[in-house]
Amino acid sequence: MSSEYVVKMDNISKEFSGNKVLKNVSLQVKPGEIHALMGENGAGKSTLMNILFGMPAIWNTGGYEGTIEIDGKPVKIDSPQKAMECGIGMVHQEFMLIPGFTATENIKLGREVTTPTVASAILGKSLEELDRRTMAKDARRAMDTIGLGIDENTMVGGLPVGYMQFIEIAREIDKTGMKLLIFDEPTAVLTESEAERLLRTMKVIAGKGIAIIFITHRIDEVIEVADSITILRDGTFIDRLETKDTTAAKIAEMMIGRKVEKLVDNAGGDRKLDKDDIILKLRDYHVDMPGETVRGVDLDVIRGEILGIGGLAGQGKIGIPNGIQGLYETSGTIEFDGERIDPEKLGDALSKHMVFVSEDRKGVGLLLEESIEQNIIFTATQVENKFMKKVGFFTQYDAAAAKKHAEDMIKELDIRCVGPEQLVGSLSGGNQQKVCLARALTLAPKLLVVSEPTRGIDIGAKKLVLELLVKLNRENGMTIIVVSSELNELRSLSDRIAIVSDGKISGILKPEDSDADFGLAMSGVKVGGADNGEA
Amino acid sequence: MEKLKDSLKRVNLPRLIIILFFLFIVLLAYVNDINVNSYIGSTIKYWGMWGILVLAMVPSIKCGIGPNFGISLGIVCGLLGSLLAIEFGITDMFNAIIPGLGPWAAIIFAMISSAFFAWFVGVAYGKILNSVKGSEMTVTTYIGYSFIYLMCIVWFRAPFTNSEIKWPIGASGVRNSLSMDSSFGGVLNDFLGFSLGGEGGVYIPTGLVIFFLLCCLVIFLYFRSKSGMAMTAAGSNPSFARANGIDVDKMRIKGIAISTVLGAIGIVVYTQGFGILQAYTAPLQMGFQCVAAILIGGATTSKAKISHVIIGTFLFQGLLMFTPPVSNKLLAGTDISDTMRQIIQNGVILYALTKAKGGSSNEE
Repeated sequence: MSSEYVVKMDNISKEFSGNKVLKNVSLQVKPGEIHALMGENGAGKSTLMNILFGMPAIWNTGGYEGTIEIDGKPVKIDSPQKAMECGIGMVHQEFMLIPGFTATENIKLGREVTTPTVASAILGKSLEELDRRTMAKDARRAMDTIGLGIDENTMVGGLPVGYMQFIEIAREIDKTGMKLLIFDEPTAVLTESEAERLLRTMKVIAGKGIAIIFITHRIDEVIEVADSITILRDGTFIDRLETKDTTAAKIAEMMIGRKVEKLVDNAGGDRKLDKDDIILKLRDYHVDMPGETVRGVDLDVIRGEILGIGGLAGQGKIGIPNGIQGLYETSGTIEFDGERIDPEKLGDALSKHMVFVSEDRKGVGLLLEESIEQNIIFTATQVENKFMKKVGFFTQYDAAAAKKHAEDMIKELDIRCVGPEQLVGSLSGGNQQKVCLARALTLAPKLLVVSEPTRGIDIGAKKLVLELLVKLNRENGMTIIVVSSELNELRSLSDRIAIVSDGKISGILKPEDSDADFGLAMSGVKVGGADNGEA
Repeated sequence: MEKLKDSLKRVNLPRLIIILFFLFIVLLAYVNDINVNSYIGSTIKYWGMWGILVLAMVPSIKCGIGPNFGISLGIVCGLLGSLLAIEFGITDMFNAIIPGLGPWAAIIFAMISSAFFAWFVGVAYGKILNSVKGSEMTVTTYIGYSFIYLMCIVWFRAPFTNSEIKWPIGASGVRNSLSMDSSFGGVLNDFLGFSLGGEGGVYIPTGLVIFFLLCCLVIFLYFRSKSGMAMTAAGSNPSFARANGIDVDKMRIKGIAISTVLGAIGIVVYTQGFGILQAYTAPLQMGFQCVAAILIGGATTSKAKISHVIIGTFLFQGLLMFTPPVSNKLLAGTDISDTMRQIIQNGVILYALTKAKGGSSNEE
């Protein structure tokens, strides 16, 4: 070996349309080492790995800066084929397997063992016959290496998710000259016992001298298997450490650590929050939302507070408000201001003045082809018959009243537009979000639930939207739940923050609690945290 | 330059082409000494006759189902209502009370009874369409066709006893076509009808036009009511509608039921203007003509306005009226007009489909 490292990436930077997502990041992995790559959602982990694997998404957007060395030799990896030639393999989060093929066929796809035939002698190599026996033997050997006991001739379709993952791994290690294997969040879709087996397998593979890059946000797994760790945050390189020199709390702190800019100076203000005055009570609450499943949440929301709900993507925080709104199937009880809410009945929450601003602004939140006015008043016309007048047998749209209200809202929320008749689809993200909020406010909500209020809007507008929420809370005494992936955002305005992990509340923290506490809660470790919340 | 591109994008291309083509044909007619006045008269007449059938496309497009190729369901209900009005001899019954009242009573009876049938048929039709979300256009076409053929059997065996309806020989069943003269033929067309510009001028069927515009007004007002606004939202963004407590499936059923009722009333109006009731497979192609007309007017498979109905029907019928005389003059001995109709009708539908995002792709 001419170098200490099998892979060495130096000063890697990457821009997506002017937005720097990686800034001078470095990464080194030794042969036979399990190296964990850690960071929050959006820290740049996937982008870095896409660069290493030569994904077209990188090259279509202008490539990257920096150098990559494999075994001490500088290389330019401009396609996944090139990456494979360099001995890099990737186990994808979404399985790239063909359901109608057997395990062997999937493992050997594209690298079939063939023998010449008469036809191939005339018409070329593509007509050579498959040497199924050798292929099966190769597949068997690869599967045995990782301890996968199933028959190599089993169809892949219908196998449990865990098995598919192992077949992917078998395919990668069957390739000759494999030096480095990338695992992209491999345990995210596995059950606990499957995950444990996977971790054992990773150790076996590493024992054969193949280096492994392990992308994850689960700290406990990293402590268990990784030899060394690289931590990214907001696209910058934070540190490279040896696992034995560190602790879970320290890793968590490094993943989160950012200065929090407080939007509210006096956390309490002149508000008086009565801990026993509960406006929303969730008990054993489940939501069957694909990708954001909620698995039994107990949560109390105090009247007059701003409650933040945070957590990593896919853990279920988004499912909580969507379930209450009746958009997905739920079970458990929802008690709002002393009344039961029945999510089966469409619009039940709305009619009781609990209003939801969706995270999917374009899909659920707005009628893009309608005017600002229509978008602002629509819900009120349906739920409360506002802006409608009776004309004979007909109810008719009261255009004058609606226009006046829309104009008031535009002024109040400072929506930048040419007038209430402008189509919402032509507004910027921040102004669209304000239209969503204006619609919610038109209903005079007792509880406002805002999901990902700053997703996809620029920094200046972000601050305006958050300040607006604080103002509504302080001046109008509105109870607000903010669901957001951006922890800093939550810490800047919330009174309490509930962290959701694996569909459950893993802790309720105060905004000033330490980064380590937040980091641990987000990776699923139960923490005591601040007062109450959990029954 | 940017501005020019922008405004070009906004102009509806097929509508523009059809308008230019229509003006060109009218010009040709004028140059070739064809009696333009009489053809404009019949354009207006057919505009009023087809208008309500085309209007029926609006609720079905707005509620998210897309153009209702299966308008024949409503048409068949309308034919049934008209036949019942003849069968019961409503005209004579009321003429006996006050002379002249008969035809009005008959057409009102036909409309109300056919709207009644159409509502129930429409609700069932809507339920079927809710289970085939995403391929409504194909399914509406199939249902429209099969229903016509199913009704062929019914017409043939229906136990009508009135001698105007029955086959001249035989015990029962409906004739292929029967005259409306003795029931309510022309009752709307002739109401306050006058000739614009004196003798040889343009004949205006005032009653018909008023009734058509009245129907347009009712539908316009409906879409400004609470229920109508909910339907529009359900059609343009089902997820949004659901988040606002609107039952999207119910709205779709309502939309298609209203469309079917309009289809029924539309064919009653058509039949009174045409003077002849045509049963069996006559209405088979009517759905396509209605869809083509509203698309020419500027609608798409997911957006429609009342103005599209008014403009589109006029252009489409105008072309159908003016092409035969012009083509006969220019290409003597040919009958190109029906070929023309087929090309325009199917071409416009095809064009709209290429612009559509796969049926109701905005479904969840």
